Amino acid sequence: MSERTTMDAIARRVPHGARVLDLGCGDGSLLAYLQRERGCTGYGVEIDDANVLACVRRGVNVVQLNLEEGLAMFGDNAFDVVLQIDTLQHLRNTEVMLRETARVGKSGIVAFPNFAHWPNRLSVLRGRMPVTRRLPYQWYDTPNIRVGTFKDFEVLATRNRLRILDAFGLQNGREVRRLPNALAGTAVFHFEHD
Amino acid sequence: MSFIATPQFLSFPDALPLKGGGSLRDYTLAYETYGRLNADGSNAVLVCHALNASHHVAGVYEDQPRSEGWWDNMIGPGKPVDTNRFFVIGINNLGSCFGSTGPMHLNAETGEVYGADFPVVTVEDWVNAQALLLDRLGIGQLAAVLGGSLGGMQALSWTLQYPDRVRHAVVVASAPNLTAENIAFNEVARRAIVTDPDFHGGHFYRHGVVPKRGLRIARMIGHITYLSDDVMNEKFGRQLREGLAPRYSTQDIEFQIESYLRYQGDKFSDYFDANTYLLITRALDYFDPALAHGGNLTLALARATARFLLVSFTTDWRFSPARSREIVKALLDNRRDVSYAEIDAPHGHDAFLLDDARYHGVIGAYFNRIAEELGA
Repeated sequence: MSERTTMDAIARRVPHGARVLDLGCGDGSLLAYLQRERGCTGYGVEIDDANVLACVRRGVNVVQLNLEEGLAMFGDNAFDVVLQIDTLQHLRNTEVMLRETARVGKSGIVAFPNFAHWPNRLSVLRGRMPVTRRLPYQWYDTPNIRVGTFKDFEVLATRNRLRILDAFGLQNGREVRRLPNALAGTAVFHFEHD
Repeated sequence: MSFIATPQFLSFPDALPLKGGGSLRDYTLAYETYGRLNADGSNAVLVCHALNASHHVAGVYEDQPRSEGWWDNMIGPGKPVDTNRFFVIGINNLGSCFGSTGPMHLNAETGEVYGADFPVVTVEDWVNAQALLLDRLGIGQLAAVLGGSLGGMQALSWTLQYPDRVRHAVVVASAPNLTAENIAFNEVARRAIVTDPDFHGGHFYRHGVVPKRGLRIARMIGHITYLSDDVMNEKFGRQLREGLAPRYSTQDIEFQIESYLRYQGDKFSDYFDANTYLLITRALDYFDPALAHGGNLTLALARATARFLLVSFTTDWRFSPARSREIVKALLDNRRDVSYAEIDAPHGHDAFLLDDARYHGVIGAYFNRIAEELGA
């Protein structure tokens, strides 16, 4: 997911000069990119020591927190955009985190692996959980504890009364707008709350 | 073997007004510096010390083996705070017993040793004195102010008292104020000292005695709170000092932990001043920048313009991660630049003085960014 084209596809949706919170910001490369290319400011949240160090090295503000403990540290609508890029599927409290994401941000962008991508469906039809470039793990060692699809997220977002501003798939760095639930390995949702 | 450090002294004849009322005049500050101040004076880093430390932050004294400064693993050539790039200053705080004017010195106004009459000094007073010393060294703005524990409180206070003079603040294992439990520990330590018959109301110097019993107990209780349960168990467990069978005595040293604490207490009572202990624990108790803002830390930190790095340690229960997070939250509310690392270390509060690759890695990376910013 860290490929340049994917980063571009997400960065394009972040307005110039926006205040950004990046949940599960990894090594801070997306935030650094947004700061450099789009004049954004903000913070990353990370739990992993090596990633926290990488962020400090890059000069990206990073707060070491366990997202499972919530976002109590951040105020309502404190950010223009909250990013949750390939983070959602690692969290036990997916729905709570989605609500928290919506609470602290005027808008949110969520990206996660779409388990309904056709090679994954094929694999399940053959009787095996998918192991692909996008989902390189075996079922017994995967950190992706929440297995959801493009369509599933639509349902969850609607249930939480989030307004979907845009939704599309990403495959090989290209936006997929036709049948994204079947044709894209990554689902991207841009939403805002009431 | 570290580099050679040399203590220096500067005297200040003018009165320093104190937060608690009154003032202190004709005082001396002991300090040390490492590295070189660059041409535009932009690479200065002030290191603030905690309870049991001094201006001797790093390096060793000539011909004195094992005289490494208290943060020698952090500061020096090629270390996380690299003295090849930064000009580092350590200042001994007023009221201390390591060189700056303290309760064991003569009060010029009365011609007597201060003793219990040494005025109560606060974190804010210390910062004001540090600022005056920096004036004398020709340092306008600090590249960074750095401190752990009580030193972290001074670093935080710098950003509030002199926002224009601090570019970065690195606050380690600290808190925005002490909790009731924390004040309670300090009070037990103070009562141990004050009720020692050798204390003589703080004027024990006249009597040629030292309230060592009180100091020992103060140190013992302090020491317990600086460690974690896990680390104590790992180090001592239920090990007996001698043999394998208990001796069933109420007063002899039975367990290793007792022996260790008594040793620490003895060592401490040989060099630390009883009045200094009272003064410094009081400075800890009084520190509370939010007080003037109705307890609202966000409002209190609105003045700060520095960029911040905060570090805490998971097993530190004296200055717990939750307290550092309060500072982080107040800075986030004010939209300040802040990074926060929570280091999973087993050593409790003491962790801030120990070697830990993750901890030193983050501090080193942060100071590396500062140096790059300065072109140092």
